[in-house]
Amino acid sequence: MAAPDRDAVTLEAGLDALELAHARRPPWWRRQLVPLTARLVAVGAVILAWQLAVALHVMKPAYLLPSPGEVFAVLVDQAQAGHLQEAIFNSLRRGAVGYAFALVFGTVFGILVSRVRLLRIGVGSLLSGLQSLPSVAWVPIGIIWFGLSDATIYFVVVMGAFPSIANGILAALDNIQPLLIRVGRSMGARGVGLYRHVIIPAAMPGYVAGLKQAWSFSWRSLMAAELIAHSQALGLGLGQMLDNGRALSDLALVLLAIFAILVVGVAIDELIFSPLETGIRRRRGLVEGA
Amino acid sequence: MSRILALTGPGQPAPEGAPQPEPRRPAIALDDVTKVYGHGDDALVALEHITLEVPRGQFLSILGSSGCGKSTLLSIIAGLEDVSAGRVVVDGGRPSLMFQEAALLPWLTVGRNVELPLRLRGVARAEREWEVERLLRMVHLENFHRKRPHELSGGMRQRVAIARALAQSSEVLLMDEPFGALDAITRDILHEDLTRIWEETGSTIVFVTHNVREAVRLGDRVVLLKPRPGRMARQWWIDVPRPRRYEMPEVGALADEITEHLREEIRSHGRT
Repeated sequence: MAAPDRDAVTLEAGLDALELAHARRPPWWRRQLVPLTARLVAVGAVILAWQLAVALHVMKPAYLLPSPGEVFAVLVDQAQAGHLQEAIFNSLRRGAVGYAFALVFGTVFGILVSRVRLLRIGVGSLLSGLQSLPSVAWVPIGIIWFGLSDATIYFVVVMGAFPSIANGILAALDNIQPLLIRVGRSMGARGVGLYRHVIIPAAMPGYVAGLKQAWSFSWRSLMAAELIAHSQALGLGLGQMLDNGRALSDLALVLLAIFAILVVGVAIDELIFSPLETGIRRRRGLVEGA
Repeated sequence: MSRILALTGPGQPAPEGAPQPEPRRPAIALDDVTKVYGHGDDALVALEHITLEVPRGQFLSILGSSGCGKSTLLSIIAGLEDVSAGRVVVDGGRPSLMFQEAALLPWLTVGRNVELPLRLRGVARAEREWEVERLLRMVHLENFHRKRPHELSGGMRQRVAIARALAQSSEVLLMDEPFGALDAITRDILHEDLTRIWEETGSTIVFVTHNVREAVRLGDRVVLLKPRPGRMARQWWIDVPRPRRYEMPEVGALADEITEHLREEIRSHGRT
């Protein structure tokens, strides 16, 4: 009796050990080394090609294509005057406030559409349609309703971003494995408990994917709104900086604004949304090699 | 009701140390249960006139080909589906349920998965930790507390699922082909694990399978269902002493006999 029993236990332990014999993850700096180098090389190559184009006078007259050095000089100038920091701060603040509104509105709306059958039939397809509508289209309405104020900009950002969030949570709720809900119910989870322990966590990957996409929509919508809504009261944002460059025919300033928009947009995504998404996916075994 | 079963039938050692209140009252009683899906011409009769009593502490294997309503029967006992006619009485609270997939929550660690039923029952934190520890030891996974489900093999996941089912501490454990997707060696180990756990806890187990040898190896009793509509065909009491192994001639002989009946049921459907 004892012998076969112990035999089974060691056999079991052996199988378990075989299962877990995989390598540890390398430290973060090792994992970042290759992608970081690749990116630096890519940026370097672009700057090099750009410098080459300036040197070869591809664009004539020369003021149509300022050199990397000229743009850098404008960067130093704008930073010393405090304009660049002000523009980035204002844009980020508006982006964050608009995004927060979109987050609340999109989440509530997505849940309602998912749970209320009539609403889903009526509004479901409209939501996907809204996502493909360029958010610039909301600027005129915003200006007429709210004037040249922050409210206009928030409005445009919300209209641009909330469909991604609503669609994300809608898809996430639709894609929950029915078996998980069955398991939750058989364990006695009902109502709020079922949402808290099963439905909400199960929907997280899809929801966060929507949040990530909504950030890029927010940032885009914000730039469109700032480019058009231009007033003393609104102060300087990256979009306005872009428009100032156009008005002054200062291409170096325009290019600086474009870079700033790109860098800030990517940085927020890389620092907040991508780690959030890969963290959630890795914990669930949805990332290969993790 | 025609069948009133004695608690210690042939081949059933009384589980050691298990509490046995009110020995006469069965853990599960189905009285003339019928389940129909749909209405009118589209109606599908999944189960018809099922009368079945499972005494406390019995290990019951339910066997049948596909479409015989095995899973429906479990859902009904689990209280996840209503019956169309008849009566179901299950003692000792909501039964625990296990499926072919472990269905662990992928965002929780092994320990947290086992803990969830305790949290849902409102068990205090200190007691939960202690209980999770005990249950994981029972399935020999005490060192895998902090692992995520995706890091485990299929067999290990099913062991976590067993621990989670036990955490519900219900008297009745319902298993729907839980080892169907596992390789032979792993399945064999899990059969030993499950038998040991059943002997230690004294729970009542209803184990659905289409694997005849599995049914014979594990059960005190095997009920054969016949399909379309699902009805009870025959039953056997298995008095082969435990520990049982697949290689035992008694297991093989009984399995052959039951297989012959199962085949006959399936053939009869080909003729009509």
